[in-house]
Amino acid sequence: MEIDPFIFRLSIFILSIFVGYYVVWSVTPSLHTPLMSVTNAISSVIIVGAIIAALASNDNEVFTFSSIYGYLAITLAAINIFGGFLVTQRMLAMYKKKKKDK
Amino acid sequence: MSANLSAIFYLLSGVLFILALRGLSSPETSRKGNLFGIIGMVIAVSVTFLSVGNFSTGFIFVLVFLLVGGLIGAFIAYKIPMTAMPELVAGFHSLVGLAAVFVAISAFVNPGAFNLGEPGNIKLASLIEMSIGAAVGAITFSGSVIAFLKLQGIMSGAPITFKGQHLLNALILISIIVLTYLLCVSQSSNLFWILITVSFLIGFLLIIPIGGADMPVVISMLNSYSGWAAAGIGFTLENTALIITGALVGSSGAILSYIMCKGMNRSFFNVILGGFGATEQTSNNQNKEQKPVKSGNADDAAFLMKNASSVIIVPGYGMAVAQAQHALREMVDTLKKNDIKVSYAIHPVAGRMPGHMNVLLAEANVPYDEVFELEEINNDFANADVAFVIGANDVTNPVAKTDPQSPIYGMPVLDVEKCKSVLFVKRSLSPGYAGIDNDLFYKENTLMLFADAKKMTEDITKNL
Repeated sequence: MEIDPFIFRLSIFILSIFVGYYVVWSVTPSLHTPLMSVTNAISSVIIVGAIIAALASNDNEVFTFSSIYGYLAITLAAINIFGGFLVTQRMLAMYKKKKKDK
Repeated sequence: MSANLSAIFYLLSGVLFILALRGLSSPETSRKGNLFGIIGMVIAVSVTFLSVGNFSTGFIFVLVFLLVGGLIGAFIAYKIPMTAMPELVAGFHSLVGLAAVFVAISAFVNPGAFNLGEPGNIKLASLIEMSIGAAVGAITFSGSVIAFLKLQGIMSGAPITFKGQHLLNALILISIIVLTYLLCVSQSSNLFWILITVSFLIGFLLIIPIGGADMPVVISMLNSYSGWAAAGIGFTLENTALIITGALVGSSGAILSYIMCKGMNRSFFNVILGGFGATEQTSNNQNKEQKPVKSGNADDAAFLMKNASSVIIVPGYGMAVAQAQHALREMVDTLKKNDIKVSYAIHPVAGRMPGHMNVLLAEANVPYDEVFELEEINNDFANADVAFVIGANDVTNPVAKTDPQSPIYGMPVLDVEKCKSVLFVKRSLSPGYAGIDNDLFYKENTLMLFADAKKMTEDITKNL
């Protein structure tokens, strides 16, 4: 009997939860705010779904009911991706070690 | 691009996202981690373009909307003040949630584009995944909007409760499950819209009873939800990158919620059911208000600190409100010039989101190796000369260790009272968020400095 591909995806999902669990516990508490902003940015990888929805249209009909939602989702996700990564970058650039110049 | 090849690339971007989070284990590696995240995102987006392979007019529009969103995002990222990070993150969560809802809608309306069957005859598994993604996304959206409004001060931070609230919420949650079931049986688009509407409603109702200072838990929880929503959509789209990311973000948010709840010694359900801080105060508080309080001015504070050899600073949300972090660092610089050892003590729930205080101090150029977590520094208070509490209150209250009657009993607190002297910058004697009096105000060795945090710090610097 063949295994349903769903089971493979479920396996990936469950294993990723465990990876996430151990990786996030190793994040230093002082970086918890950047952690939230970067998780925000990466969860916007949902944009791939939005792109598929938007590109399902053809030249005669660029704006269909379904593609409009795709375009809207692209915009929202793009705000998050750019905003999330850039604000994380901005925050991380501020964390400095003590200067040892004395 | 073949489906197998693109699947491998999606897997690669999922791995890069894991590395992005891994990088955050220390500030040195974190910047590289963020870069991995960006590369992962670029790969995921490019592979999607190549695998759809439709570079017609629609593609131009996709780029246009991508650019518009990107510019808005970049603009916000550069303009936002660091004190507004909690609002920003709440706002961003709402966008992820709404994007998930929109993707679910397009998949429902045009399942053919996603290989999920035809309208009215969508594969059962996909329909369930889609409904979960849409419902969780909608909850994330409306919940985050409320969190955003509360943090921004547009909506009062006070918990909003009414009779039968929990019953109503329970009924709505049950109705979501029933609707999902009916939707799967009938494939009716009306039910799909009702499901989304009801989910928006429950997200709203779930967050209104939660008070302002519980926002660290709420934000973390919504962070987690946005991950589960993404994972739900990931299953629908059969996309590994999305599934991996959803799981990572989901567990990350859950862990942060757990850490925050532990920092308050409250169970997750206690926070979620809300209404904390609205409880009436215990009667013995009235007696305490008659107790004498020593109050001083900047000059006294400067004198105390000048004669100290070590000072521990305890910042809290009040520092963020007063934007006092830069003034504080200037004060510390002056202290250091006088060879006084200074460190910072951060309580896990200080501020309005996990790590809020650390970011503010980093912004003010405080080196991160002078900033310590509760467990790292709590033993040092006994050996320090001065504790400078700025904008924190409940997290220093010794009552949490001594009075089993207190609502915050058992909460881990900073042992500020063990210092030789305590300087407490506060605008008035009013109790903190938990609505209880702080014994520390009336201690022999406590000097209250009634003023705006920023102004007081500046005055102290002048007097040093």
